[in-house]
Amino acid sequence: MKNKFIVLIIFSACIILLSFANNASDHSISKKDIELKIPKGFPKPIYDFKNNKISPEGFILGRKLFYDPILSKDSSTSCQSCHQRVAAFAHIDHTLSHGIDGKIGTRNVPAIQNMIWKDTYMADGGVNNMEVQPINPLTNPIEMNESLAHIIFKLKQKKEYVALFKKAYKDTIINSERLLKSLAQFTGLMISANSRYDKYLSGKDTFSIQEKSGLQLFRAKCSGCHQEPLFTDNSYRNNGLMADSSLNDIGRGRITKIEGDNFKFKVPSLRNIEMTFPYMHDGRYRKLKDVLNHYSSTISHNKTTDEDVTKIGSLSDKERKDIIAFLLTLTDKEFLNDKRFVDPNRK
Amino acid sequence: MKKRGYLLFGVLLYFLTSPSHSNAQHSSKGMLSITFFHYVDSLVLNLDSTTYKNSFGQAYTVSNFKYYISNIHLKQADGTEYISHDYFLINEEEEKSKKIVLTHIPKGNYTSISYMIGVDSLHNCSGAQSGALDETNGMFWAWNTGYIFLKLEGKSSFSKSPGNIFEYHIGGYKSPANSIRTVLLKLEQPLLIENTKTEAMKIKVNVAEILKTPSNIDFTKMSSVTDTRNASIIADNYKDMFIIEK
Ligand code: HEC
Ligand code: HEC
Repeated sequence: MKNKFIVLIIFSACIILLSFANNASDHSISKKDIELKIPKGFPKPIYDFKNNKISPEGFILGRKLFYDPILSKDSSTSCQSCHQRVAAFAHIDHTLSHGIDGKIGTRNVPAIQNMIWKDTYMADGGVNNMEVQPINPLTNPIEMNESLAHIIFKLKQKKEYVALFKKAYKDTIINSERLLKSLAQFTGLMISANSRYDKYLSGKDTFSIQEKSGLQLFRAKCSGCHQEPLFTDNSYRNNGLMADSSLNDIGRGRITKIEGDNFKFKVPSLRNIEMTFPYMHDGRYRKLKDVLNHYSSTISHNKTTDEDVTKIGSLSDKERKDIIAFLLTLTDKEFLNDKRFVDPNRK
Repeated sequence: MKKRGYLLFGVLLYFLTSPSHSNAQHSSKGMLSITFFHYVDSLVLNLDSTTYKNSFGQAYTVSNFKYYISNIHLKQADGTEYISHDYFLINEEEEKSKKIVLTHIPKGNYTSISYMIGVDSLHNCSGAQSGALDETNGMFWAWNTGYIFLKLEGKSSFSKSPGNIFEYHIGGYKSPANSIRTVLLKLEQPLLIENTKTEAMKIKVNVAEILKTPSNIDFTKMSSVTDTRNASIIADNYKDMFIIEK
């Protein structure tokens, strides 16, 4: 009897321990997890981590920061408030981003994926290096409204961060360079390349007749800008949206001050497009149907409207449906469910 | 086999510990300190107190004055050059920042000094950095990424900006909005750099030049430059604000 009791205790202790271990391993990151694997057919990345060597500890620190509202002035807003994992780190259903005090931003939140293949960031390409991109939301009065110096001050007060920085960088210095580089380790590894489209290309999946037709149409009409395999050629184009006079967003022209760049925006990737609605820099379209309707029949012709858009011409009902069916094959369930990117505070 | 191993180890140890060629040269290198003195024409720069006048006779005070100095080259008559790879943020408010020290300068007679006012294009694109280039120094534009090379802020009742302030934040490293300017100063007396000695150089900086020649700045018309649009106008003004004090 007594023996049985001891066995029971040991047994339940084991179960408890095991469940703890399991819980911990859910968020644990190994050397293998942070290996940078360039997907087949992808070009050489532009951001190469040469000056920011990825480590499990650096990635873990970056992830912790990404999900921590301590980065905002009133501890209300974290990166994930706008960039939600289930939406490929875009924001579901807000046309314009919502920040601190419920203030509304001027642009729609884009996905964070395949960032290391971009030469510039933001819809107007104003940011020239992935590492410095977060300074924008962090310090923008209508986003997180905090100063970099004060964030560093706050992090230094937190034992947990002192330990995490030390683990990642082997000494006790906490500065903005390390903050930004850790965030870049986390966001830079957000790579989406396992959609049904990718599997179709490598012969691991098949397409329906409709999807095949959609791919063909896409290659004929859209890939001049949304170039495979990243679904962007990194250029700035005017895709014929009627300018919204309330926002007066002139896009690339704001950065270059060249009139011929007005109303051009960086061609966005279309990977995970099913999840990243609403669409366009200002989120004006809620459905892919609306986007196809735009390309087919509401192109606004102004000075900088791109030839590649004007030549698309009108698309039949069937053509639109086929293209949409193809676009849905770009959803990457493995990326959307990737455990490495899950909020570490979630049990 | 074992013996040979020891031998190899010994040779390696010798190379690792013996004074190397470059170390030997080290001792024949000198240092140079450069101190920047800030003036407004004939008056010393005093933040928020002394009143100055621009070329239109408009009175103003200065509340903030900072700039980057980088890519410093010292040249000898035979063309030999010493290049410093350090970045310096000179800030009127911080006395210490106004004196910079260059080290490991090879012995020689230097006849000119040149440097960039600002930050080269490579370092404008290099991502997160620390030290003088730390983004927390407030000399960085995040939305149109790049460093602010020079900041001059102050007040003038002629300015139509809220609070009568004026602000000139000058930056931009890409044409057509390139505001990187390089200064070349000839040394009338060649500067002799010798072993282990620290030479001193004084450079006078005339803040008034930021607001004149070739373009006289009228506070009523241009009180705020905070992106690359008009920056090069101001950069062309200030590129001749430095003179070596004898
Ligand atoms: C208030 C909402 C909001 C918050 C909070 C926010 N972002 Fe963003 N983010 C945006 C918007 C909107 C854009 C697009 C801006 C544009 O194109 O001008 C963007 C763009 C980006 C991009 C570039 C995407 C691209 O393709 O160019 C990255 C990377 C990014 N954010 C990372 C972060 C990180 C890291 C944080 C936390 C430090 C963060 N964001 C916090 C709204 C937000
Ligand atoms: C001339 C280049 C060009 C062509 C051709 C083009 N696009 Fe676009 N596309 C763009 C640009 C630029 C944007 C971003 C516009 C903005 O944000 O204002 C965009 C945005 C989109 C978006 C919204 C993406 C998002 O995340 O908000 C979708 C979907 C899209 N395009 C699909 C297509 C399809 C389908 C075709 C072919 C029928 C096509 N595009 C042809 C340049 C182009």
